[in-house]
Amino acid sequence: MRKDRRMFVQQLGCLSIGFSMLPTTTVLAESFTVAKEIERNLSKESVNAWLEIRENGRVLIYTGKLELGQGIKTAVAQIAAEELNMRLDLIDVQMAETEVTPDEGFTAASMSIESSGMSIRLASATAREILLKMASESLNLSKESLKMEDGNIFGADKKTSLFELLKGQHIEGKVDENVEIKAKTVRKYVGQPVPRSDIEAMVRGQSVFVQDLRFPGMLHARVVHPPKYAAKIIQFDEENSKNWPNLIQLIRKDHFVGVVAEKEFEAIQLAEKIGGQIKWDSGQNMPEQKELKNHLKNLPVEEEVQENKGDVGQSSKTMVSRSFFKPYLMHAANGPSCAVAFFDGTVLHVWSHCQGTYPLRRTLANFLEMPEEKVHVKAVPGSGCFGHNGANDVATEAALIALELPNKHIRLQWSREDEHAWEPYGTAMIVDIEASLDTNGRIATWDSHIWSDGHSNRPNSNPNTLLPSRFMNKDYGHHGIGYRGGAWRNAAPYYSVPNLRVTSHMFLGPLRVSSLRSLGTFTNIFAIESVIDDLSEKAGKDPIEFRMEHLDDPRAVECLRKLQDKIKSISVIENEGLGVSFSRYKNETSYCAMAAKVSVERKTGQVKVQKLWAMVDAGETINPDGLKNQTEGGMIQSASWALKEEVKFSSKGITSLNWASYPILRYPEIPEVEVEILDRVEQRPVGAGEASMAPTTAAIVNAIYKATGVRIVSLPVDKELLKA
Amino acid sequence: MVETLTLQVNGKEHTVDINPETPLLYVLRNELQLNGPKFGCGLQQCGACMVLVDGEARPSCRFPVKTAVDSEIRTLAGLIKEDGELHPVQQAFVEEQAAQCGYCLNGMVMSAVSLLEKKQNPTEEEIREALAINICRCGVHSRVIKAVTSAVKKARP
Ligand code: FES
Ligand code: FES
Repeated sequence: MRKDRRMFVQQLGCLSIGFSMLPTTTVLAESFTVAKEIERNLSKESVNAWLEIRENGRVLIYTGKLELGQGIKTAVAQIAAEELNMRLDLIDVQMAETEVTPDEGFTAASMSIESSGMSIRLASATAREILLKMASESLNLSKESLKMEDGNIFGADKKTSLFELLKGQHIEGKVDENVEIKAKTVRKYVGQPVPRSDIEAMVRGQSVFVQDLRFPGMLHARVVHPPKYAAKIIQFDEENSKNWPNLIQLIRKDHFVGVVAEKEFEAIQLAEKIGGQIKWDSGQNMPEQKELKNHLKNLPVEEEVQENKGDVGQSSKTMVSRSFFKPYLMHAANGPSCAVAFFDGTVLHVWSHCQGTYPLRRTLANFLEMPEEKVHVKAVPGSGCFGHNGANDVATEAALIALELPNKHIRLQWSREDEHAWEPYGTAMIVDIEASLDTNGRIATWDSHIWSDGHSNRPNSNPNTLLPSRFMNKDYGHHGIGYRGGAWRNAAPYYSVPNLRVTSHMFLGPLRVSSLRSLGTFTNIFAIESVIDDLSEKAGKDPIEFRMEHLDDPRAVECLRKLQDKIKSISVIENEGLGVSFSRYKNETSYCAMAAKVSVERKTGQVKVQKLWAMVDAGETINPDGLKNQTEGGMIQSASWALKEEVKFSSKGITSLNWASYPILRYPEIPEVEVEILDRVEQRPVGAGEASMAPTTAAIVNAIYKATGVRIVSLPVDKELLKA
Repeated sequence: MVETLTLQVNGKEHTVDINPETPLLYVLRNELQLNGPKFGCGLQQCGACMVLVDGEARPSCRFPVKTAVDSEIRTLAGLIKEDGELHPVQQAFVEEQAAQCGYCLNGMVMSAVSLLEKKQNPTEEEIREALAINICRCGVHSRVIKAVTSAVKKARP
């Protein structure tokens, strides 16, 4: 029996989510839909999986993605508004929640607009056509004579609201892939720099984040993590620990320890005190930090040739041969991971800033040995994540605790140290490149070897992708290398190279890793763009001209040409340098040409990035300001990676445990950034959140080379090398 | 060890029963349900938890609540006028869209407000220095600098 969502809502006498009362993007995180009772057709072909016309004349859009600071909520509202010719303030957006939104996997890889946004575009346009047809029948007017605007349809002197037209029914119908897209011609909402309304909610201090959730009687939990990877408890007087005042519950599952208290500060203190009494064994051995590159190169590898064309073995007089290294890097979210879990005796509810509610649900259900339908996950925004961070892990830990304390909301937030020590890092990588020029100064051969661990170990149904599985006696096995493709993302140069070989060498490294913004692209482009600069120098060519001569893609050339114009009047003095770079993300999405101006203080080796310029073509632009914001953010984050960041460890375990031991770029050192967008309405829109990462670091090292003659091949930039 | 303390927060008096050693941050967030100040590090390294203590921006994550009783505390929500009008710095953050995830926003607004209360016409360098404690992982710094600069300009046309 099919139960109508609206009926269900009416029967309960309350709207499960009071969207109608609130501005578009206010997050009503506390409310959660009683998911199991709703039956909407959530298959992605169905129009009503993506949108719903509400009684109050508003439209509710469902996306399986989560707002992670990328502005997706505003962007999808713009997309729907355009196709429905409807004011933005009449559109609400529901973010990922199991059984409520379609299963769209993860909010990742800059794919939110490409996947969810485009589904919503087609669904909204299809809905428009269906509604116009219905109106034409009901008003007895030709479809062509009707006009849809702000939730009503007008024709001659007649008018009907969309809701009246539907008489309480859903829009039944399949998404039409060939429907007319207004965004390609009208662009009343799409392509405009619409401000995000959640920013106002933030400045007003409203409840926006999972960290802000509060429920009546909610309790606070903290966990005691081992001092090192794989360390096991060898001594712990649990009974004695239970006597600590203010302790509501001590949860121990094998080597997992959690404490629950009424007050958050009590939970923090209890975790410290109780944690201090636990004795652990010596855990996993770590290599020497300074030997890391050698260590990684000597690990057993799985080798595979990814690309092979022509003959890279030809000899040439003009060769460049370099070995590049990038250390382990952290996501290092500003707000440590957090979750709320509630077990009502039957269903486990979890509020999480995870990237994928369905994948977390599946994996969590397997780990907890619960049926999937008894786990309900609702995504709530957290601190900007840039890939797979601790969100799923903290949610799992909160769930472990909540199951022991039914009917209580359990809020668990990690400490700074938990976050820094236990999040899955972006893997260290080595890229060795040998390239040569022919006698005309064109690239003849290119041979690259990449050493890398996997680039994604997101929850994939197997509990071993969740951190707490490691704390159990049961052996869930290692998750292995995981997603490999990230290692050779952008490993083949986008430039025309007649003889090319790319070989990957996959290892299982010593640190926990998963996806970090732009995956292997960052290291591959850092390496490629450095070598291209070397080659252009050897060819006696201007670096931008040399790049353009090796590109057959007019969009790529235009990006570089525009950048060239932009920086032509920039002059440099002694110890300053202007460097450039280019990449097309994944060799198939956003284009980004970058310039960096740096100054190097030769006495100290201190590098200052003065300014960065980016020229971006991400196809059709949905929200130019959102695109700029993400691009600027990527540039600043990348400058921080280049100049400062490296996960440190020793025989004691991870030693980068806070902002002092893992410094990132701060205000006094932040470069000026300037982004220009080339909007291409006729192209499909592609994500751009990751596109500026790699070119920024590449442009910075190229600028350092121009300033000093020193080629940086190892990150972060070592000041010692620049002293003179 | 629970004590009854009276705090002056956002112009109102609040009485809380609390362990006096509790950092102010947790009292503001949990007892007074104020979302502005955030937990970021608990180590006075990141600025997520900034509040104004007698007009001065300070991290609240290690600031025992007992030492706050004689002070005037202001949080992000306390910058808003009674009629809902935003503080010029808040307004400028909205206008410049100076946030991505927004987790750092509280600290940056508070640091900037405190600076502008001390100095009417700060240079960009002074703005950068005043915000040096504030970590932003999303990289919205350049927008924040623009926002603060524009708030300064509006205050002194
Ligand atoms: S949370 Fe207080 S400075 Fe970081
Ligand atoms: S906007 Fe995300 S930390 Fe600053």
